[in-house]
Amino acid sequence: MENVDDYVLKVSNLSVKLQNQTILDNVNFKLKKGSSLAIVGPNAAGKTMLFRTLLNLVPHTGKVEWAPRVKIGYVPQNITVDDIPISVKDFLSFKNEADAEASLSPVRLGKKNVGNKTLGILSGGQLRRVLIAWALADNPNVLLFDEPTTGVDHDSEEPIFATLQELKDKHNITILLITHDVHIVREYSDYLLALNRCVTFFGESKEIMNPDVQKIIYGETVCMGTPDEKA
Amino acid sequence: MVDTLIFSLVTGVFVGISAGYLGSLMVLEKMSLVGDALSHVALPGLALGILFSFPIFLGAFAFLFVSSVAIWYLGRITKLSYETIVGAVFTLALAIGVIIIPKAELLEALFGDISTVTIFDAAAAVIVSVIAVILTRLIYKKLVLSMISEELAISQGIDTSKINLLYLLLVSLAVAVGIKIVGTLLVGFLVIVPAAAAKNVSSDLSNYALMSSAFGVICACAGILASSYWNLQTGPLVVFSGILVFIITVIVRWLRK
Repeated sequence: MENVDDYVLKVSNLSVKLQNQTILDNVNFKLKKGSSLAIVGPNAAGKTMLFRTLLNLVPHTGKVEWAPRVKIGYVPQNITVDDIPISVKDFLSFKNEADAEASLSPVRLGKKNVGNKTLGILSGGQLRRVLIAWALADNPNVLLFDEPTTGVDHDSEEPIFATLQELKDKHNITILLITHDVHIVREYSDYLLALNRCVTFFGESKEIMNPDVQKIIYGETVCMGTPDEKA
Repeated sequence: MVDTLIFSLVTGVFVGISAGYLGSLMVLEKMSLVGDALSHVALPGLALGILFSFPIFLGAFAFLFVSSVAIWYLGRITKLSYETIVGAVFTLALAIGVIIIPKAELLEALFGDISTVTIFDAAAAVIVSVIAVILTRLIYKKLVLSMISEELAISQGIDTSKINLLYLLLVSLAVAVGIKIVGTLLVGFLVIVPAAAAKNVSSDLSNYALMSSAFGVICACAGILASSYWNLQTGPLVVFSGILVFIITVIVRWLRK
């Protein structure tokens, strides 16, 4: 029997309209505590807007119900760092003033000490890891992760995957991640939500390999080989 | 004469600190032209102060305050950038100011004059600058975070719209006290150039803000002393001092590379 308390998030009839354009249309899903959900879909499908709505950053209709005492960590897809002379430690101190050093866990930031480096000179992979450290600085129990490997070269993906694996295995954190990467969907998520303004598929992540599901998600079959290259 | 110079220098030190400190955020937010244009909005208030014999600081601040709120509100409802809205407002204010200000005072209003600085001006500069710097310090990190990512800032419970308004008001304060020394046309320089110079040589946020304030003091005081020595208009000499500091920082940056 399904227990209401098992769920960390329930989204019902969620719609977002901005300037008379429907961005999200009647989105419904729920997510169990400690599970991980991959959100996939074409560009402009409303994936990032779904995150913004879950964070209550945009006006919406419908319901977003988080479990009581939930603490959310958010890793955005992009931040503006090029022109701001701010070190990694200074940036992390915004979140955890008392102990910015503690946020610089080697697991989260890799082996190189980047604490004194300016954000603007970090590589894509280092910046993603700094943002993960930011999101995890106050020990959240839910992590919203927008495109874990955007702007990250192949070598830098591994520490990010390791962090995801660690969060999943050891910390019972509920993870919602937006991704285009089939490898991430298969390896680091339990459930799959396909979005194209409305939900076009919701089920177990392994279904991503099902050609019928791929047709639903992408409108056509994903070329074989591309997803398996990273596997 | 010596008293006036001392009052001017005290005013210069505090105006330099506050303009440099607040300007450091404006340069980061790529709103430099806002700071410059915003200063011109003070001209009608300054003209009214001269016409009706009340402190020009109060007239300038009243106009800057009302304009800041209007600019912030228009920004919210139109989603136009601050630069666009300020651009539309400042030329109107400049036109009104030039028409109503007495011709004899126009030069002083536009370019500043230290020979008329009183103990009241110096005291106002000290009090206003201290308040502006303290309040800005309280919201400094929040503003920087909202520049890095508005989403991150809002998700941290920061009301970005309110702190932007507070910041614009604080800039209005800093600009209003700076007008006496460098004039309404050039006070924007004190907000922009010390910060731009500091950015050339900083890799760390707290150093950047400190250096921006220090350069603000150097520009203001060097300009005032030169103006007193050569008996020339203060504003342009503050600008020349600032440009010199800026060029030095460009060279330092170039040498470091």
